[in-house]
Amino acid sequence: MTQPLLTLSGISKSFPGVRALHDVSLELYPGQVTALIGENGAGKSTLVKILTGIYQPDEGSITVKGEAVSLPTAHAAFGRGITAIHQETVLFDELTVAENVFLGHAPRTRFGLIDWGRMRAEAASLLQSMGAGIDPDVKLKELGIAKKHLVGLARALSIDADIVIMDEPTAALSQKEIEDLYVLVELLKQDGKAILFISHKFDEIYRIADRFTVFRDGEMVGKGMIAETAQDAIVRMMVGRSVDHIYPKTQAQIGETVLTVEGLSHPTEFADISFELKRGEILGFYGLVGAGRTEVMQALFGITRPSAGRITVEGREVAPKSAADAIEAGIVYVPEERGRQGVVIGLPIFQNVSLPSLRRTSGNGVLRLAEEFRLARTYTERLDLRASSLSQDVGTLSGGNQQKVVIAKWLATNPRVIILDEPTKGIDIGSKAAVHAFMSELVGQGLCVIMVSSELPEVMGMSDRIVVMREGRIAGIFDNKGLDPVTLVETAAGIRSQAA
Amino acid sequence: MTDTTNTPHRHIPDRLDNPVKSAVFSWETLLVLVGVAIFTANAFASPYFLNEWSLSDLTFNFTEKAVIALAMALLIISGEIDLSVAAIIALASTLMGMAVQWGVPTPGLVAIGIGVGLACGAFNGFLVTGLKLPSIVVTIGTMSLFRGLSYAILGDQAYGGYPADFSWLGQGYVWWVISFELVFFIAAAIVFWFVLHRTNFGRRIFAIGNNALAAQFSGVRVARIKFVLFCLTGLMSGIAAVMLTARLGSTRPSIAQGWELEVITMVVLGGVSILGGAGSILGVVLAALIMGLVTFGLGLLNVPGIVMSIFIGGLLISVIALPILYRMWKERRQ
Repeated sequence: MTQPLLTLSGISKSFPGVRALHDVSLELYPGQVTALIGENGAGKSTLVKILTGIYQPDEGSITVKGEAVSLPTAHAAFGRGITAIHQETVLFDELTVAENVFLGHAPRTRFGLIDWGRMRAEAASLLQSMGAGIDPDVKLKELGIAKKHLVGLARALSIDADIVIMDEPTAALSQKEIEDLYVLVELLKQDGKAILFISHKFDEIYRIADRFTVFRDGEMVGKGMIAETAQDAIVRMMVGRSVDHIYPKTQAQIGETVLTVEGLSHPTEFADISFELKRGEILGFYGLVGAGRTEVMQALFGITRPSAGRITVEGREVAPKSAADAIEAGIVYVPEERGRQGVVIGLPIFQNVSLPSLRRTSGNGVLRLAEEFRLARTYTERLDLRASSLSQDVGTLSGGNQQKVVIAKWLATNPRVIILDEPTKGIDIGSKAAVHAFMSELVGQGLCVIMVSSELPEVMGMSDRIVVMREGRIAGIFDNKGLDPVTLVETAAGIRSQAA
Repeated sequence: MTDTTNTPHRHIPDRLDNPVKSAVFSWETLLVLVGVAIFTANAFASPYFLNEWSLSDLTFNFTEKAVIALAMALLIISGEIDLSVAAIIALASTLMGMAVQWGVPTPGLVAIGIGVGLACGAFNGFLVTGLKLPSIVVTIGTMSLFRGLSYAILGDQAYGGYPADFSWLGQGYVWWVISFELVFFIAAAIVFWFVLHRTNFGRRIFAIGNNALAAQFSGVRVARIKFVLFCLTGLMSGIAAVMLTARLGSTRPSIAQGWELEVITMVVLGGVSILGGAGSILGVVLAALIMGLVTFGLGLLNVPGIVMSIFIGGLLISVIALPILYRMWKERRQ
């Protein structure tokens, strides 16, 4: 059996309040593709950052070609022949293809100047060998996303990397482009490179990977040969855990239908979305990143304009053309991008809370600060906000407390439907539990909640029913009673296509 | 699981800082001190300064610009800017002059001046909010467009012959040495102060200036408010055009040349963040007074116009830098 080109052993990494990786190991073999599989938050990105010298592990060792190494900087990782192609590859739009390929390691002339002729020629021959007909002299911005990926690959090859990390390389590609990428991966394998391939899509893992390693909650829970392992065994490794007692889900009284969505469509983002939401219900929206869940929610909230479909709230048809319209109709949205879309940093807490409710706190359009403070106090204290005063800039709060301000803002509008988009992403465990507990309380009071989440345990732990979206369409709607998590993962990944 | 409805809540106070203390350590206090210093310096520099008519004349140095600065302050707080205000004056004044030749009486002239201002502002507002173009580019364009129209109509001619009662709007006194322009400015300042600091509309302007996207996601109709602010700035420019034309008694296409910079200097000197999101009307009023004092003082000392231009440029740069230095100082103090 061949020796691994790269070995990680006993790697641990913690961040304040979060244990990202615990005692994980990984081997990459020359001429083979190893798939790294895991749910969001399993620690895959942290591992990639350790391999590329961006993070330093707290414990553990890294061995490259039998030699123990440390990777204190990105440059050091580069020097050890490790290169990564990310989901959003870091390339430069205003530079030419050749410049992008050789940025930082351009061939030099005797005088130490960049040898432009050789650089262009080498870039051209490299792209040629990859079967990519790209002119090395065009600016990168003139290329489509797929060709940009190829340039990123060419860059990876140009440094003569032995270890290539591909982090969800097909996420933004069309089927044809993905096929081209597979051909390239084959070329890399023949060249003896060791490839770490991160993907959520099982069809491609089974198509190109030789080995797999599964992470769950920052731990390595399984590894093996793809050819010898069935898909559902891998899925089980990914999700295998009991979630019931971590989540404070209480069964609320399910009432009449509050929100009906019928045939909601958008020219590019989603099509034919239909579902119902009942009083007292938490409806989970699960799917891979890019499945169109956020776009559907933002259409319900009046931010994106759907091209077809009907939205009904408590029997009244609504067609929100702005967030203001949606709020009026009783639909509110807690966005995933909290700092950009959720809170107005620079304004104090109480003004953030009162912003959508100004009409109620004011008299004839004139502010009444006492009313605003009262409104803000009522809802922020209910959510157990940790702040020194309500006049504090919301930007000085932690992520979890900012999230509480956003939720307080919406509760103050007395909504019918609350949409939470990745509500606990990037917040500490304590605040996470508070948000979950609060969701249970909300539905207990007769509200209804849509929760978009890519975290399987959260979806399984909090939802009454779960809508799975895939490539802009609903791939299935499931009742959460006795639901096998494997079914969800397989539906989201397109292995299984069936409705409950 | 904790039940968040029944447990006693941790109390969060409304505010911790002492409002008196924060008022003392404010930008406005600094402006008052600077104003007093320049006033004193003027009084020592010229024996003619401390005289009620001198002081009254002084106000004409800033009232027309300051009227625009009030609206510009709201626009800049919302994160936009209008560089076309002086060109709006030129176009409004030209069209008023044209109307005089047709025998339009004073009320009609005022309506034309204000109407042209409003229309120009609405045009800017449409280009920025309707077509989603950046306001700095749009208003550089309309700056050239509006003044260009004025030149096309007038060439090297001038309009004159404004009726006597029209002149009162720029030259008249309401009582003693208190001019109509000054009274109008004070009244407008009170209205703008109220709108910006005491109404929902004003609060939404601050929200937009701090984070327009989050404001939109909080149900603020961002485009509509920005459009209104452009209209308001155009309207105030139209009013300034009426007052300036009435004061000068004639219209040339070069009227109010370079005023956009002085207006913006006033706004920024008044403590309005050029990045949007912060500022006060009191600050802008104080800044207007200071600019009036400085220009008048330099005039008393017979300082030539070129030096004034250099002074305005230097002032604009330093007032953009000063708030940043002041903030750094304040942060270090905490």
